Amino acid sequence: MASNSCGGGSDRQMAAQHRLSVIAGHLQRPSGSNTAVLAVDCKGQGSKPFVSSEKRTVPRRRQEIMKWNGWGYSDSKFVYNKKGQAEFTGKRYKLSGMIIPGLKDWMENTFGATLQHKAAATPALNSSAVPPPTLNEAFVEELKSTGVPFSADAEDRVFRAHGHCLHEIFALREGKIGRVPDMVVWPNCHSDVVKIVELACKHNVCLIPYGGGTSVSSALECPPEETRSIISLDTSQMNRILWIDEKNLTAHIEAGIIGQDLENLLNESGYCTGHEPDSMEFSSLGGWVATRASGMKKNIYGNIEDLVIRIKMVTPQGVIEKSCQGPRMSTGPDIHHFIMGSEGTLGVITEVTMKIRPVPEYQKYGSVVFPNFEQGVACLREVARQRCAPASIRLMDNEQFKFGHALKPQVSSIFTSFLDGLKKFYITKFKGFDPNRLCVATLLFEGNREKVLQHEKQVYDIAAKFGGLAAGEDNGQRGYMLTFVIAYLRDLGMDYFVIGESFETSVPWDRVLDICRNVKARIIHECKDKGVQFPPLSTCRVTQTYDAGACVYFYFAFNYRGLSDPVHVYEQVEHAAREEILANGGSLSHHHGVGKLRKEWMRETVSSVGMGMLQSVKDYVDPNNIFGSRNLL
Amino acid sequence: MASKVVYSPRDPMLKKRDDFVDVLEERRRSSDLRYALRCYSPVLYKGPTTSKASELKTMVLQSDQLHYVVNQVSRESGVPLDDVQAEASVILEEMAHRLQLSTVRFFAFTLSKVFKAIFRSICVNEEGVQRLQQVVQEHPVVLLPSHRSYMDFLLMSYLMYTYDLPLPAIAAGMDFMGMKVVGEMLRMSGAFFIRRSFGGDKLYWAVFSEYVKTMLRNGFAPLEFFLEGTRSRTSKSLTPKLGLLNIAMDPFLKGEVFDVSLVPVSISYERVLEETLYARELLGVPKPKESTSGLFKARRVLSEDYGSIHVYFGPPVSVRSLAEGRVNRSQFSLTPRHIPRRPSEDVHSFVNDAAYRLVRAQEENMVLKPWVLLASLLLQNQAAGQNRGVPLDELIQQAVWLRDLCRQFGAFLHWPDHIPSSEVVSSSLSLHGGLVRVSEDRVYLALEQEPHCSLTAEEELLSQAVVVLSCASYRNQVLHVFLRPALLAAAIHTASSSQKQEVYSSFLFLRNMFSNEFILCPGAAVQDFEEACYLLTKVGALHINQHKVLTAERGHRTLAFLTSILDPFLQGYQMVCSFLCEDATQALTERRFVPAVQAFIIKHLLKGRLRYPEVLSSDLQRNALAALLRLGAVQKVQGGEESGTLKVNRIMLNSLEDTLGGRLSTQKALRAHL
Ligand SMILES: Cc1cc2nc3c(=O)[nH]c(=O)nc-3n(C[C@H](O)[C@H](O)[C@H](O)COP(=O)(O)OP(=O)(O)OC[C@H]3O[C@@H](n4cnc5c(N)ncnc54)[C@H](O)[C@@H]3O)c2cc1C
Repeated sequence: MASNSCGGGSDRQMAAQHRLSVIAGHLQRPSGSNTAVLAVDCKGQGSKPFVSSEKRTVPRRRQEIMKWNGWGYSDSKFVYNKKGQAEFTGKRYKLSGMIIPGLKDWMENTFGATLQHKAAATPALNSSAVPPPTLNEAFVEELKSTGVPFSADAEDRVFRAHGHCLHEIFALREGKIGRVPDMVVWPNCHSDVVKIVELACKHNVCLIPYGGGTSVSSALECPPEETRSIISLDTSQMNRILWIDEKNLTAHIEAGIIGQDLENLLNESGYCTGHEPDSMEFSSLGGWVATRASGMKKNIYGNIEDLVIRIKMVTPQGVIEKSCQGPRMSTGPDIHHFIMGSEGTLGVITEVTMKIRPVPEYQKYGSVVFPNFEQGVACLREVARQRCAPASIRLMDNEQFKFGHALKPQVSSIFTSFLDGLKKFYITKFKGFDPNRLCVATLLFEGNREKVLQHEKQVYDIAAKFGGLAAGEDNGQRGYMLTFVIAYLRDLGMDYFVIGESFETSVPWDRVLDICRNVKARIIHECKDKGVQFPPLSTCRVTQTYDAGACVYFYFAFNYRGLSDPVHVYEQVEHAAREEILANGGSLSHHHGVGKLRKEWMRETVSSVGMGMLQSVKDYVDPNNIFGSRNLL
Repeated sequence: MASKVVYSPRDPMLKKRDDFVDVLEERRRSSDLRYALRCYSPVLYKGPTTSKASELKTMVLQSDQLHYVVNQVSRESGVPLDDVQAEASVILEEMAHRLQLSTVRFFAFTLSKVFKAIFRSICVNEEGVQRLQQVVQEHPVVLLPSHRSYMDFLLMSYLMYTYDLPLPAIAAGMDFMGMKVVGEMLRMSGAFFIRRSFGGDKLYWAVFSEYVKTMLRNGFAPLEFFLEGTRSRTSKSLTPKLGLLNIAMDPFLKGEVFDVSLVPVSISYERVLEETLYARELLGVPKPKESTSGLFKARRVLSEDYGSIHVYFGPPVSVRSLAEGRVNRSQFSLTPRHIPRRPSEDVHSFVNDAAYRLVRAQEENMVLKPWVLLASLLLQNQAAGQNRGVPLDELIQQAVWLRDLCRQFGAFLHWPDHIPSSEVVSSSLSLHGGLVRVSEDRVYLALEQEPHCSLTAEEELLSQAVVVLSCASYRNQVLHVFLRPALLAAAIHTASSSQKQEVYSSFLFLRNMFSNEFILCPGAAVQDFEEACYLLTKVGALHINQHKVLTAERGHRTLAFLTSILDPFLQGYQMVCSFLCEDATQALTERRFVPAVQAFIIKHLLKGRLRYPEVLSSDLQRNALAALLRLGAVQKVQGGEESGTLKVNRIMLNSLEDTLGGRLSTQKALRAHL
């Protein structure tokens, strides 16, 4: 996440704050006057929202700060400098401006990807390659009269035609543009959305809600067979915290706000939601609700379904919402569960009342090295059994452990000590460990200082029973920080013929090891089978623990030199890997959702009756398929 | 007829079979002792391995699987938990192997001596060995040798040792345990022992299956067992048993390993050690209990020439690829994996199909010796009434014709082409001097008794049957090559017209009738038919168009040969039917069935109404009964006074008999019964 050095220039302020500094910065409590709760209407209609900061990360024209064909901010990326060393550009992140000496060798050794073989991306979007918009004149006319901003500009439209699946980004790099929305609208508030949806129904145009655009399930892709005008409804300007209720510890928030802005704004008042998906720099509250997102610190704060109190959604049949804010209700099936995970197929989530928590007093990172992955998993299982999981606990396999090493920057205060520390560790402590088998768990503790220290001891004691040795705070902190730059790394890979992606699942405890082994092996097997010339990277980590199981992430990448249709090969392998996951008792998705990418497995996942239930809700709420992204069903 | 599945033939002449290397050659050149003491360092499984047999036992006894069943048994029987657990440990002791390298070395030494004494060569396809060396590193391996002799598993371990492959853990029948010393020796060379029947014994099953699975999961050693369950006394492959295969596939199906490799191994003996022993057994002289002394009586065996052995290590079959698209593995994720469950319908049929495919693979890679062709011809000549034998020239000419036919059908025939055919034939004849005589340039089966014995007609018949059955066991080795075309030939013969539809339904009828007798993969009727059509068209015996199946002018000889090769079975099944119709008494039980039907057949043979003494084979009779039970023409009474007796449906039997004899159209019969 982007860093914030205090007193920086205005662009610095605009930039999102680094998570670590955010949290560090809020060890002091705000002068907590009991906040007045102030209902607000749209901006520009006079009243001001409670949290007044007008500075938001995401402008209407996203292209001003973000890449059109890659991940994240335009100014931040991995490059090879003139000396042939890898470097991370920009000023936003801890890693920004640093040299990463080990990366080049790692790329070469792992993928056979060398500097000589460059696969350059199309430098700029060629607007003429974008199909002209199909506009519904009557709709446009009426929309104009509402005053809601909109655009049919090619760049605006292309930006909202994709998420971050490999095939989507790969196509953009090649300059290939498929079906894109015909228009983008930027509602400013709930009532704008109501108007847009009414007009859409009246004129039969197709709406696709767009939050942060971080979808990894092809959910934002326009169905190529759609003949109506497609409108991308960009929620990014609905980004205010409407009120904070300190008595009940809730906040009422517009759904377009993105994660980092939400945390920063709440932090100003001494609060946080604690919901931190790895994509929180860009993903939005509405997107989280629409995909059933999961945050890294769910052990303390819960996943999105545990965090929401009330949801307001605009559907073709009208607005759906609950009548009170009771913390739990027995009123038949929870209607929130039709909304959460609806993936933009039923309506637009406009406002959400969410739980908030005081910013934690103390935070501590940690790490443990295990002699092998089996021991590591056994330890996580025990931690879950004793229900003493820290805010976050993640276990990387050996390949990822090595990858983490490759990403060590050259000079940096937090890193030097770590480097030296690790060297010493190797010599003194891990002598008995096989460097090709050992693996590492990273930990994050949160709470009051005393409890954190106590908690830490408990976890390290358990780890010791499984042969785990504490490996320092820095190692852990670095692991979490890397989470935010890893997404950038894929772009570097693609510059050098390496494509890859991650995918996830959830699985009962007794199958964690089996699924990890089998899926990794299946990936290798399939790559060979499909003619991939270089050995692939096939690795995994356990990222969440639950009472009855865990969330497992797989990373998979390969050098595609010599393949005529690499994306197709990639998709075949991912497909096979998903089949393997399902065959091994894993779920279709823990948090990425179904979108269009995983639709084919929905029926077997929820049964035919289950499909029928979902379909009948869709048929009632949106009989004309106005929300026509065709996700899920 | 759903003839969409087209049989796609590989050109058999082009099919490259790997080269064989004789392992005895090296043994004849260098010290056996040094060989037995050499450094043995097998390639190992790359996964986590447990190397100690004792560790293995602990793992089994502490497994969730076993704990579950121990608890269950204790709860159900009221026996205290500790006692059940102790019983489990006793069972495991009785079962488990205690592989020891020293014992293996002992065998390496003694077997070298024995093998050199009785075999001319032991030929192994080294490419197969190399494939195996690869695959043992990748996945848990299951070796599936064919089973024709006691020799099989000694030979297998011997070869594994020779090629620096990990020594297998071998599932052996408990009968061996009767032989004290030998039993323990075998145990120490990797055999583990399973009781022959433990039907409802949950605890036994749990210990047994967990023991096997633990070995597989932990890459302890390749598992070896015989798909056919027991030694085939007839040299025909036996219907596969599914128990162990089910267990062996389980770790894959449940996701505990990425894959399991199944390696079919075909072991063919030019002369089977147990040849006449088997024939006697089939005729009803009860099987001698496997006792140590019995095995050593086989001493005189050492002075005989048993020709050569060919061992073909087939390409490994991945359980994963077999299961692809067949089994929904996620079904195993809904209940805890350690709770034993009956395999579901789809898993059962999957394992069954796989078992058939593997046995077929064993059959196809069996090396056939010229003698099996001679045996086929001699039996046919004999049945055709040429008691005076065939002129040698004629036999050679017939054999060459049959050799060529065989090759066109893709048989794996080891006929040395650089040697004149006459020599090939006479050397085969001399190796099998006990079964065949040559005098005055005529060749005939050794049926005549020494003149001084005064035997009853029945005794004489039985002693002739021993020779005939021994010969038949060699002919049977080639049956799988001819089976499908032969069924077609017989179908043409019995069909009332040359309409393809008609012929196909006859074919179906026969195929169905004989599916206990031969290895016919379930559900593969159409492929089998297509294959038969393809082969017979290819050799110019048939013309087949859209609607008709017509015999070609030059096809008569081939078709006649094919129909005769199946004839003993057709006649035998008819005999069984007519026995059941005419002679079966009220109180006929399954146990009484074989002696009764044999007596019935002896009468017919003596009266000259039947030409085939081989119909006396209890194997054929049992298979026929199994088929009739399957088809519902005979029923086993369950419960009540007459429990266990066989109830016959005379009308159905009559019509089956008539259909087999070509006296009733199969379409009618099919409609009526199948
Ligand atoms: C690098 C990276 C890391 C990620 N890490 C995580 C993680 O840790 N945890 C996690 O859960 N996910 C993660 N994701 C996936 C993704 O960020 C989530 O699915 C996120 O919830 C999507 O939010 P968004 O605002 O970007 O939605 P978008 O991508 O814009 O849209 C996603 C779907 O939601 C619908 N939608 C969006 N907003 C609304 C709305 N207001 N009303 C109705 N429908 C709407 C869209 O139509 C679409 O179907 C990650 C993705 C990336 C690329």
